[in-house]
Amino acid sequence: MSDSAHRDSPEQAEFRQYCQDWLANNTPGEPPVRLPQSALEIMTEAQLAYLQDWQKAAYDAGLVGCDYPVEVGGGGRKDCQRIANQEMIRARTPFFPNVIGLGMAAPTVFYHGQDALKQQLLPRLFSGEDIWCQGFSEPGAGSDLASVQTFAERKGDKWVINGHKVWTSLAHFAEWMILLLRTDKSHKYDGLSYFVVPIRSALGKGVTVRPLIKITGETGFNEVIFDNLEVDDSFRLDELGKGWQVAMTTLLHERGAGELQTPRSGGMTSRSTHETKAAAVMDLARNTPRGEGCAAADPLLRDRLMQAVIREKAFEQSQRRSRVQPLLDHPMRLPLQNKLLASEIAQEVSELALDVAGPAGSLYLADANAPAGGQWPLAYMNTFGMTIAAGTSEVQRNILGERVLGMPKSK
Amino acid sequence: MSQPNDFGFGEEAALLKDSARKFFADNLPVDALHRLVADNPDPDRAPAVIWREDLWQQMVELGWSMLAVPEAAGGLGMPLVAVAGLVEELGRAAFPCPLLGTLNATYVLAACGDSGLAALEEICGGRSAALALTGASGSWQAADTPLTVSGGRLSGTASYVQDAGKADRLLALAHCDSGFALYWVDAKADGVAIDSDAIVDLTRDQARVTFSDVEALRVSDNGLVAVNQAMPAIWTLLAADMAGAAEWQLQTTVEYVSTRKQFERPLGFFQAVKHPLVDVMIRIDETRSLLYNAACAWDHEPEKAAQYAHMAKASASDLAGYASSRSVQYHGGIGFTWECFVHLYFKRQKHSQVLFGDGAWHRAQLADILLPAAA
Repeated sequence: MSDSAHRDSPEQAEFRQYCQDWLANNTPGEPPVRLPQSALEIMTEAQLAYLQDWQKAAYDAGLVGCDYPVEVGGGGRKDCQRIANQEMIRARTPFFPNVIGLGMAAPTVFYHGQDALKQQLLPRLFSGEDIWCQGFSEPGAGSDLASVQTFAERKGDKWVINGHKVWTSLAHFAEWMILLLRTDKSHKYDGLSYFVVPIRSALGKGVTVRPLIKITGETGFNEVIFDNLEVDDSFRLDELGKGWQVAMTTLLHERGAGELQTPRSGGMTSRSTHETKAAAVMDLARNTPRGEGCAAADPLLRDRLMQAVIREKAFEQSQRRSRVQPLLDHPMRLPLQNKLLASEIAQEVSELALDVAGPAGSLYLADANAPAGGQWPLAYMNTFGMTIAAGTSEVQRNILGERVLGMPKSK
Repeated sequence: MSQPNDFGFGEEAALLKDSARKFFADNLPVDALHRLVADNPDPDRAPAVIWREDLWQQMVELGWSMLAVPEAAGGLGMPLVAVAGLVEELGRAAFPCPLLGTLNATYVLAACGDSGLAALEEICGGRSAALALTGASGSWQAADTPLTVSGGRLSGTASYVQDAGKADRLLALAHCDSGFALYWVDAKADGVAIDSDAIVDLTRDQARVTFSDVEALRVSDNGLVAVNQAMPAIWTLLAADMAGAAEWQLQTTVEYVSTRKQFERPLGFFQAVKHPLVDVMIRIDETRSLLYNAACAWDHEPEKAAQYAHMAKASASDLAGYASSRSVQYHGGIGFTWECFVHLYFKRQKHSQVLFGDGAWHRAQLADILLPAAA
């Protein structure tokens, strides 16, 4: 019996077996094209099509949205998404392309949308047929998110939207956007409202999507400009002026601290993409010459390698401890660390890989001699997306210090 | 073998942890602890063994000193996760007593088979113990023990013996003709001399223990194996003590920076103070998760126990140093004085940080397991 299977409920045990059986026959083969390291860097239609096919197959098999009610296209199960995720990661499946939809839009629509809207939007979100993106940050609103200026003006049953969103991952493929905007200029927080907006159908008719190029040379995120886009009031989530509270639901789930478990597929551990865990850096160290021996014999690198191994293990064990009530303090103490730790550990590990690789760490994707195909420098650079997006590490430390430890607010 | 998802930390363990927390808080809150152990600030003071022996007797009566003794030997046979829960509370209270030494000896004796039974029965009868196996060089490799035995008599000087001044018995590892033997020695026996060290830590005592041709009970002919087998439990429990102490340091410092005002603001408003305290919290949580994983491995997946315990103690040692420096620094001027309680924990943690191996030592051991051929 596997570690994770040890304490399954009968329903979970049966579902786990089902997932294993299905995955044994349906895990996709090698992709026809090089895949990026995560869904946030999908650049081509061919990459998207391969990944969309996989998400649709997994949804049809019941591995996506397991814990959502049947009425909104979910599986109607209890605490089973975790099981499906574990089995998909174990089976080394590719990642899901609709990450913004699954991780952020779905819980937000589910908790704050009207029934008709949930039934309309969630099934095609879970299946990956509709890709979603997130319109939060603006040129003038980064860490201070509540200062967004994109404005919606009421016009009967409609709203007319004008403004400028940035860092909008997947907008170039997205049908829908979750959108935080201002409906009242006289109140900072209480002047915010939250909408879901169809953007693909409005391209060239009030919506412009332009790619931004990342530090890695990849695209994948965009700027989105609204120029008198009209949307129906039925696309509003929750009450007028409650946008900030709705955004908190989004951010809580984005940071891995929400009530609903996000459907998560193989991701970085899939066969076709590159393994970026400390174990892979140990392999790199064994295979990298250093002096008479290899980098894995260097005492200083050995110490750093073990630091990385230990932090990864600690993070894994904190996920486990977060479900053991008598070993917890403040209920949000571990969940609110998830995003900060996942991103900082990934950064530490990939930075270490470059130090281990030495001069060969300078070789990038197009160089035939690059260790691991040049994926390490790519991984290291991409981790800054993780430590900056969804609330920077500095904002995360404010949240932890204030909400968990109760220290005075830094604003 | 596989580990249970909940670390095997059940209702009984939770009750034990809660009652330990209450016992220490009721009987020796930090102000009382300070009056007890910090009465004399003189840096040239003579070494002294200061503790509340009456409270230790109550702990013995509660069965805490025999928690880890196997049921077959008359003990309570509690799993290591439950014992670790209690020891976290011991660390939170920085409580002076020979509990850790007694537990450490218990795990070594339990690895000795039938020949350890008599000594384990003495522990069940309320006797406390300390391990004697480290030399003046401070090596944490048990094979480097400075003690020898010849003609059945024990000789040599063990250094850094923890809480030797409180222990009834000494469990000594010695070189013998056939390898390594373990001896169970009455601390008051003829030929045993306990010279207390003058140490910084006010919540423990430490000594050099000299054995001069001492006749004692031989509890194992295969002592090195028994000691090495027990080490993961010993490292895990020390990590638990340090995690508990660090949580006290964190909460006390957070409370101070939330009330003390400068520049018309509480200190905790400033991110230069707030963010490092969040990092202390994160490191505490990493250590706690790692130590319960190590304890659970000891109980359910013994082949992984050493590897996971190295991780726990490495994490705990680095945590202890960081939490200690931050607790004094953010208390400012008052934190630099003898009257502020933070120095009690600062000193205990700096002591624990190096006991049974510091972070770098445990990482080196771990690397030898995970990256063997390359070394």
